[in-house]
Amino acid sequence: MEFAELIKTPRVDGVDLHRPFMPTVEGTLCLTGHHLILSSRQDNTEELWLLHANIDSIEKRFVGSLGTIIVKCKDLRVIQLDIPGMEECLNIASSIEALSTLDSVSLMYPFFYRPLFEVIEDGWQLFVPEEAFKDLESMTDEWRLSEVNKDFSVCPSYPSLLTVPKDIDDESLCKAASFRHGGRFPVLSYYHKKNGMVMMRAAQPLTGTNGRRCKEDEKLINATLCAGKRGYIIDTRTIAVAQQAKARGGGFEQEANYPQWRRIHKAIERSNVLQDSLIKLVEACNDQSHSMDRWLSKLEASNWQSNVKEILTTACLAAQCIDREGASVLVHGTEGTDSTLQVTSLAQIILDPACRTIRGFEVLIEREWLQAGHPFQQRCAQSAYSNGKPRSEAPVFLLFLDCVWQILRQFPCSFQFNENLLIMFFEHAYASQFGTFLGNCVAERVKLQLSQKTVSLWSWVNRPQELERFLNPLYEPNNLVIWPSVAPQSLLLWEGVFLRWNRSTKCLDEACQEMVHIIEYNKELQNKVNSLRRQLAQLETEESPLQTP
Amino acid sequence: MEHIRTPKVENVHMIDRLTPRKSTVGTLYLSSTHTIFVENSEARKETWVLHSLVYNVERFPTNPSGSPLIIRCKNFHVYRLLIPQERDCLDVLASLTRLSRPECYGELFCFSFNPNLDKELREKAWGFIDLKAEFNRMGIPSNLWHVTAANHEYRLCDTYPSELFVPKSAFPAVIVGSAKFRSRGRLPVLSYFHRDTSASICRSSQPLSGFSARSSDDEQMLQAIMKSNPISEFMYVVDTRPKLNAMANRAAGKGYENEDHYTNIKLQFIGIENIHVMRNSQQKLIDVGELAAPSMSDFLWGLENSGWLKHIKAVLDAGVFIAKAVAEDGVSVLVHCSDGWDRTAQACSVASVLLDPYYRTIKGLMVLIEKDWVSFGHKFSHRYAHLDGDPKEVSPVMDQFLECVWQLMQQFPCAFEFNERFLIQLHTHIYSCQYGNFIGNCQKERRDLRLQERTHSLWPHLWENRAEYTNPLYRTDHSQTQGVLKPLTTAYCFKFWKGMYGRAEKSVASHQSPADCLNAVREESQQLEEELSAHQERLAQLKEKKTSGGRKKTNKLSERVRRPIPTESKLSSPLDYFTTTRSEKHTPSFTLPLELAAPPKNGDPDDLSTCSDFESGVADLSSRSSFFFFFFFTCNSEKI
Repeated sequence: MEFAELIKTPRVDGVDLHRPFMPTVEGTLCLTGHHLILSSRQDNTEELWLLHANIDSIEKRFVGSLGTIIVKCKDLRVIQLDIPGMEECLNIASSIEALSTLDSVSLMYPFFYRPLFEVIEDGWQLFVPEEAFKDLESMTDEWRLSEVNKDFSVCPSYPSLLTVPKDIDDESLCKAASFRHGGRFPVLSYYHKKNGMVMMRAAQPLTGTNGRRCKEDEKLINATLCAGKRGYIIDTRTIAVAQQAKARGGGFEQEANYPQWRRIHKAIERSNVLQDSLIKLVEACNDQSHSMDRWLSKLEASNWQSNVKEILTTACLAAQCIDREGASVLVHGTEGTDSTLQVTSLAQIILDPACRTIRGFEVLIEREWLQAGHPFQQRCAQSAYSNGKPRSEAPVFLLFLDCVWQILRQFPCSFQFNENLLIMFFEHAYASQFGTFLGNCVAERVKLQLSQKTVSLWSWVNRPQELERFLNPLYEPNNLVIWPSVAPQSLLLWEGVFLRWNRSTKCLDEACQEMVHIIEYNKELQNKVNSLRRQLAQLETEESPLQTP
Repeated sequence: MEHIRTPKVENVHMIDRLTPRKSTVGTLYLSSTHTIFVENSEARKETWVLHSLVYNVERFPTNPSGSPLIIRCKNFHVYRLLIPQERDCLDVLASLTRLSRPECYGELFCFSFNPNLDKELREKAWGFIDLKAEFNRMGIPSNLWHVTAANHEYRLCDTYPSELFVPKSAFPAVIVGSAKFRSRGRLPVLSYFHRDTSASICRSSQPLSGFSARSSDDEQMLQAIMKSNPISEFMYVVDTRPKLNAMANRAAGKGYENEDHYTNIKLQFIGIENIHVMRNSQQKLIDVGELAAPSMSDFLWGLENSGWLKHIKAVLDAGVFIAKAVAEDGVSVLVHCSDGWDRTAQACSVASVLLDPYYRTIKGLMVLIEKDWVSFGHKFSHRYAHLDGDPKEVSPVMDQFLECVWQLMQQFPCAFEFNERFLIQLHTHIYSCQYGNFIGNCQKERRDLRLQERTHSLWPHLWENRAEYTNPLYRTDHSQTQGVLKPLTTAYCFKFWKGMYGRAEKSVASHQSPADCLNAVREESQQLEEELSAHQERLAQLKEKKTSGGRKKTNKLSERVRRPIPTESKLSSPLDYFTTTRSEKHTPSFTLPLELAAPPKNGDPDDLSTCSDFESGVADLSSRSSFFFFFFFTCNSEKI
């Protein structure tokens, strides 16, 4: 298919662009295969360069022959284009609709994008399971790297290399896989260096209504327990939901079969509920005419903040079991690709200082989200303005980022990165020139040959020029576990994302600059003082021989 | 002393509701001014609670472990005690109830508070804020405005200051006539003069217009105010009340200006609710803060139901309207409500903060409070229940002003010289009666009480400690610091003030504060600057000596104080995320955790939910921990 077929009118003059908090721009609108471009004719500078993939939905309106297209983006921005000429407007609208909903992944922009920067460090090599395993080996010898899934046949959504207990052979793994939803048998997610406790993740066990059991599965997870120790199974569903799952062949670990494990049920919502929550929240945020009562009641009704609280609480609970109770933990929900990953990745941010560095956080996303098989392409196909029939889209990853932001806000000195990094990840998960978030699992990415045909997001972010924007000036590394407050009054609306286009951030940005300024000045002084000290010390030692006759 | 039935109770538990395991045992002392809790622990940590800050004391039925007693403070601290003997508990309750409700001014703490200042210093301290100088700063007196002696000895209006600034063109007869036509004689006078546009903010009480009355003097007075702004052809009269309330007042012979009688005025109603609505609203907000383990819905529903943020928005909207009129349109504004001492003070002072960068400095805010609140007869002693009196007179008027400033600080982080701590400290002292500044209800009353001779002034005390109250992001030459602030007042811009209302607990989660970090860095930079110049000097000396072959002086390099590195020991006790939220709708529940031991480790996990320390106090932070201050009322200099 040629993009040209979809572009009926490639260029319209005299188009007005309206954006919040910016003056109206009049210019020429151009459509390319992947971008909507508007540039003002006066000075020919670029005014708007929007990926079609970023467009969530559009609305058309006509007043006489003047057409208006309201473009609603996945990053929650809303812009308005006034296009003279009804035919042009209709053509542009239908082209945008077609181009923003391309079915084939291989037509997406990342396959066409050629970087203007030199790739110094290939982001596709950011996380190498073998190397991560070497680190683990230096701490414990109870684990091995299994190739049982090397052709993705045991579990299609798992990567080819998995860390499993040493004593469990591949055959047992296959049997355990057949007992777990989607073949997602329990694998290592995190090893807590401090006390040797571990966090594993899986999908729900397929107990069904007749209480099926699987000795290999039991053996597998028991192998992670020290003698005489008990562990916790954190089921991200309520007990009622877990019970219902039995009827569809799913279920939960029966106490009788897992006597060494204590099961705790939490209530993280399913993805379709989360999508609904996002839509309601964004709707509330975009209506500036709301009275205080209406705003607060809409905010409450969206349930977004409740979802943040529930996810964060569950993650804190997992971290607490590991760090404070000294117990190992298994986390799962239904498929083990959504709420499970929210919990395991947030728990690691709480427990492991390494995850609070930029590189560590990237590795965490690579390991606990991309490789762990979170279906990014399905979940991020649409954002808050989707008006079609909901399929499997859901802001699972956005909620995770929101929770990270809450922790970051409570511990502003403990993270190497700032809020901008989180917002950038949100944008790129939904629409990007990079191939990182394409596909739903490792198997799909291998098939798409993403690492050969597209550029990795990490290749771009990790360039020193880019990193600067994402550094937190207040960062002071510390090795502590950080326990966030999950009280409702401690959890705020993430304004950086949800009010981003509804207010000017000039004053807040200035505050950030001022912070950088204060810290930079301090560093500068320290360097000066240190160099003077050296000079002085040198002079004084040169002088001292004179003293001793 | 005669009110203290028992001066000392031993083995009292101070209970932390959120983390019962952090509860401490100690001895409770009652002095004539404070309740003091001294921990039995090694550190013998002391918690001092001023009697005048106590809002109420509540006793709960005795149970096997003792008698629970809750002390709620006017600055929203809550102390939960468990007293072993019921008799002791009753004695403490009776004593505290009496001590926290003084019956006459003479009983107030400020008359016994003695920070060892000699007479001369005390007098000088009272001169720290000079309102005449403040009007001079605005450019008053000028060729259009002057001071009038009309209120000498408070003969015109006993709740106004004796010195009033009025248009030069207003004859004494007009001034007297206008005062007669205004409720309680509170005639229109100058509150703020905006040099850039020559527009002014004047204030008054409502006119005694009823359904048809008019006063040519009052009309001339407004005309004179309008004319004092040569470039403007009209002026606004901002009635800060809801229109319905203003209309209702007409039946009582009061009301608002009839636009037909006054030439060139535009009447604008703002709709700030009265003191009774505000009192109830704040109580609901406090209840939200006290909810045990609320769900997000409980919290947001409670916040909405309290209406508090709606009222804060109304006050800020009033300020924004006035500031815009004065700065952008260059139009003078007369502000009034009913008596002109609550909503009027709020609207004028919020507008002033928006208009004038000076009021966004530490000294400037003090001046503003002294001018718009203290001197113009805001009824501090009534509103903040300094004496046992009519509960219907009590209302958080000043709380709302301070919160408006706080909300502005959220939008303009570099624009204010002071920090949140300053606002909270001001709030505490408005209630504490430790200093004489806020005692009484008007200037005349304060003069009659001879407060300047008998009490101390808060302002110099705050000024001396200003390092503690400084916002590190503030820079005098920053663009945000200059000019008029234009805040957004969309509903979503308003936040719950956690620092104020979220501290019902003894242990507030002390998470990292960027401001404290930055202050520490700035302090370090200052040390570095000093060290740098010392080194440079020394280097120059050495070089000189080297060339002149002089002998070395023994001079050790001074080691700079390093910021401490965080350690495990800074971790506080473990927390519990096991609890599933109890969704008892909107009933503040009090459950005394009587088992102070840790939850059973080997029990069923679902049973671990007995305690609810959601608000964890684990502070990893504080590589700059020395810069953390806690807001218990424990300042050493303030102990008696």
